[in-house]
Amino acid sequence: MAGKFKVAIVGSGPAGMSAGGRAAETNVSHILFEKSDHLSDTIYKYQKGKFVMATPDVLPLRSPMTFQAGIREDILGTWDKEAAKHKVNVRFKSEVVAIKGQKGNFELRVQGGGDIVAEYVILCIGLQGNLRKLECEGADRPWVQYQLDDPDAYSDETIVVIGAGDAAIENAVALAKQNKVIIVNRRDEFARVKQGNLNLIAEAIDKGIIECYYNSEPGHIGDNYLLLKTAEGEAKIECNRIIARLGADPPRRFVESCGIKFPSKDRAALPELSGSYESNVPGLYILGALGGYPLIKQAMNQGYEVIEFIEGRPVKPADEPLLESKFANINVPVEEMLQRIRQNVPLLSGLTTLQLREFMIDSNVHTPRRGDVIFHRNDYTNSFFSIVQGNVDIQINPTNTAEVVGLGQGQFFGEMGLISGRRRTATTISASDDCVLIETPRRSMIKLVNSVAAVKKVLDQTAMARQIQTHLAPAVPTSELQEVVESAKIESYPAGHVIFNEGDQGDAVYLIRRGSVTVSRSIAGRNLVLSYVPAGNYVGEMALLSRKPRSATIKTAVATEAVRLDGSAFNKVLDKYPDLRRRLEAKYDQRLVENVRMEASPESGSLIEFLVAQGVGEATDVLLIDESLCVRCDNCEKACAETHGGTSRLDREAGPTFASLHVPTSCRHCEHPHCMADCPADAIHRASNGEVFIDDKCIGCGNCERNCPYQVIHMAAKPPAKPGLLQWLLFGMGPGPGEDLEAKKIKSSSPKLAVKCDMCKDLAAGPACVRACPTGAAIRVNPEDFFALTIRG
Amino acid sequence: MHESILVYRHFRYLKWAVTLTVVAILAYVFHTPGEPANGGTWLGYTLGGIGAGLIFWLAWFGMRKRDYAKPTGKLEDWLSAHIYLGLSLIFIATLHSGFQFGWNVHTLAYVLMMLVIASGAFGLYAYIRYPRLMTDNRRGTTLDAMIVEMAEADREIRELAAKMSDEIRDLVFDAIDNTTIGGGVRRQLEPGRSGRTVAAIDKVRSAFASGARDQTETSRRLISLLTRKNELVVRARNDVMYKAMMDVWLYVHVPLSFALLVALVAHVIAVFFYW
Repeated sequence: MAGKFKVAIVGSGPAGMSAGGRAAETNVSHILFEKSDHLSDTIYKYQKGKFVMATPDVLPLRSPMTFQAGIREDILGTWDKEAAKHKVNVRFKSEVVAIKGQKGNFELRVQGGGDIVAEYVILCIGLQGNLRKLECEGADRPWVQYQLDDPDAYSDETIVVIGAGDAAIENAVALAKQNKVIIVNRRDEFARVKQGNLNLIAEAIDKGIIECYYNSEPGHIGDNYLLLKTAEGEAKIECNRIIARLGADPPRRFVESCGIKFPSKDRAALPELSGSYESNVPGLYILGALGGYPLIKQAMNQGYEVIEFIEGRPVKPADEPLLESKFANINVPVEEMLQRIRQNVPLLSGLTTLQLREFMIDSNVHTPRRGDVIFHRNDYTNSFFSIVQGNVDIQINPTNTAEVVGLGQGQFFGEMGLISGRRRTATTISASDDCVLIETPRRSMIKLVNSVAAVKKVLDQTAMARQIQTHLAPAVPTSELQEVVESAKIESYPAGHVIFNEGDQGDAVYLIRRGSVTVSRSIAGRNLVLSYVPAGNYVGEMALLSRKPRSATIKTAVATEAVRLDGSAFNKVLDKYPDLRRRLEAKYDQRLVENVRMEASPESGSLIEFLVAQGVGEATDVLLIDESLCVRCDNCEKACAETHGGTSRLDREAGPTFASLHVPTSCRHCEHPHCMADCPADAIHRASNGEVFIDDKCIGCGNCERNCPYQVIHMAAKPPAKPGLLQWLLFGMGPGPGEDLEAKKIKSSSPKLAVKCDMCKDLAAGPACVRACPTGAAIRVNPEDFFALTIRG
Repeated sequence: MHESILVYRHFRYLKWAVTLTVVAILAYVFHTPGEPANGGTWLGYTLGGIGAGLIFWLAWFGMRKRDYAKPTGKLEDWLSAHIYLGLSLIFIATLHSGFQFGWNVHTLAYVLMMLVIASGAFGLYAYIRYPRLMTDNRRGTTLDAMIVEMAEADREIRELAAKMSDEIRDLVFDAIDNTTIGGGVRRQLEPGRSGRTVAAIDKVRSAFASGARDQTETSRRLISLLTRKNELVVRARNDVMYKAMMDVWLYVHVPLSFALLVALVAHVIAVFFYW
């Protein structure tokens, strides 16, 4: 044996390197194995110049090594320097291939010799494991590579990128700037990639910048060509380089060979660990992504903590002070409070400690007194509330505040806004003095729903019952709706999907819970849109009441979710509650009248159809210009630029026009903002009046720009400040107010950040574009109101 | 939901302006100063004061328009008032003058004011007439898109024309090289027409009709492309004209307004110091 150490660390990623640093700092005898010739191979393999995030922002870093958000090169450089400074005992190019033994006496076998013995082993090998290689003939040729460091290093080459994941797309798009790029996809579409990347590759293929072979696999690699097996036969592609991005095999086999057990056969399963990151093998610790802590900062904190645990110095998790301050107003120790949340709120009981801690760091704890308003009807907030203790009342009738539904300990509310993306449907007030509520922001809740299936299920079931009661049958007690709820199903449809056709048989009623639909009828061979139905309303009741075939076609305007209610179950409720039947019939009659009116003025229907085709159906507030009034002075754009640091967020001229109604390129403040979907810095928010805005956390990554289907976000550097009005007027110093929209003298050093319309939320009188329009051509409206006016005439 | 400047707030400022005018006229009619009506009577001073106040307030519109960050009010409100109250000045100032005109700075101020109002009235006419014409003329596209389409047509036309006789080729190339969109003030204000391209079309057609049948396909294609190009040129020029019509009056209105302010100040000083 070559050596004996107290601690052996396997893998020099953020966790291993931080553990090594802490061990060196506290004079613990240690050795750090790294299979490559540099530290932190996973980050080393990031694309050159990649911006590395330091999320979660609020989590303090606890490590002898420093780390803050920045460019890949800077971060790696700092770590190299600090590892040297602390004299971390690193052994490069040493892959550990086997770990045997038990606490106090582990034997580590190292590829190429130099085996050692250690009392403790810390495994920080991440999930990257081994890169998958091509298996076809010729895959070992030197011009086939499995990673890409710097796409700018190649120019004027023909490069084939094999793979359909995020890495392949990012590489292909980056290389296409100065090379001819061909991408090979084994399937017929790019599934399971980030929306932003999907848009990027779709656009590049559309414009012919990148050529794509679908349903194709490499068959053979020759001297300067790739033989591709496609659905139509073989294709020979001459190329200079092949870059295969095929993902990686998780290191499960190796981990299991060390004696570590996995809880299930699921490929994504991770080993179970104790609170001090120890595996089922005593003395063997697992940190980082393999231990369920995928973020750099978390892993670095773990590296520090594990050395403390081994040295017998107990430490509290790094986020402890954060949670302590969260719980300060209820004066309960963190551990006890987490326990209480788990016990009292069934929705959160299935979360792991890590998940719950993270959930609570994002959330806020409120202790309202009896009668305090938690949120108002029509607020545009979209946070989610869980009741840890006490009661709240939901005022279900806006005209009579005494009519309430009470919710108690363990229940939750606020999910309707989360699902529909629309304003709050009811005012909620605290009903007891000992109320303890957890308020969770939309983003964290969506993350939780997407990662814990049980949460989604409970949320959907409860929300469904409430949606039925709120929008369809407010006077009917929950118990009476049991059968309807049990037979109800949540269905999701893509945009443009026909839910049912005119003339179809069927008596199901659809309650739109997200998105919107149009109602249309075929008249004299032409499809005529009769109305627009947003979330929170129902369709299909006409056939139920009249017992005739469907009288109109229902088509989704945007991606839509509806609760499908079984007709016969619903009819039973109607029989029992004649008031409800009368209400529905009154609505039915109203729709009949509206339909007749719309049939008489087909141009209104065409207008709705046009606007829906422009995606206005998912808007909450849209800028519309009446071109018969617009004198093309561009004062709207000038006002936008002048009130937003010199860059206009709207393009008046761009965008489609129907009759004289023009939809300029300007943010619509979507119900479910596409821009918010993938913002790594969490910089996009919705204000309580509905404005979707970007705050100063923006890092300029461009995801929102790519994700916006309406091209209303762009990346812009801040132009220099302008001289004042009087200086311009009296001394001719330019540019003056409204001049030089495209300020030319932008310093190249000022970073490009995302800019978009914030509906002038900070100006009391409302949007500057509308107020600066001299002729009243520009208005901002809620499409729902606009459609309602169009329909009523 | 859209509301034009004229009907804005149910004609609020029209009502104001009419009231002001009617009161001024009635006062003028019933006023018996014992001397010929002029600006020096109490009514004359009152009307003059109102008129001067209005002129300065109307000129302030240029400042208000540029005060983009102003937290209150709508520009439409200001413009609606600017139009109606500006028009009422015709009456206020005329009554103030007592119909006494001459070759002096006082009448100069009056004439400048009337020119400013006249140019403004043309502006109002342009703002009402041209926006809809512009939209109809564009047919859902933009000027930039038209120009791109023209360039594409030109490229194809050149290829085809190169196959034709020298005479036709020269004519077509000349039409392409000398077709411009926009230009000087006069060019911008002219309605769209297209002399050279039309001439080229006629030439190709007559050559085609007179039996140059060996290039049938090319000729037909060339005629259709030239016709398309011609249509684009006319539309693009019309687009430029509509925009120019909506802009050009400001080049009169604004400088004359400044001249008016100077003349007005001279008028007031002259009246008070040298009368």
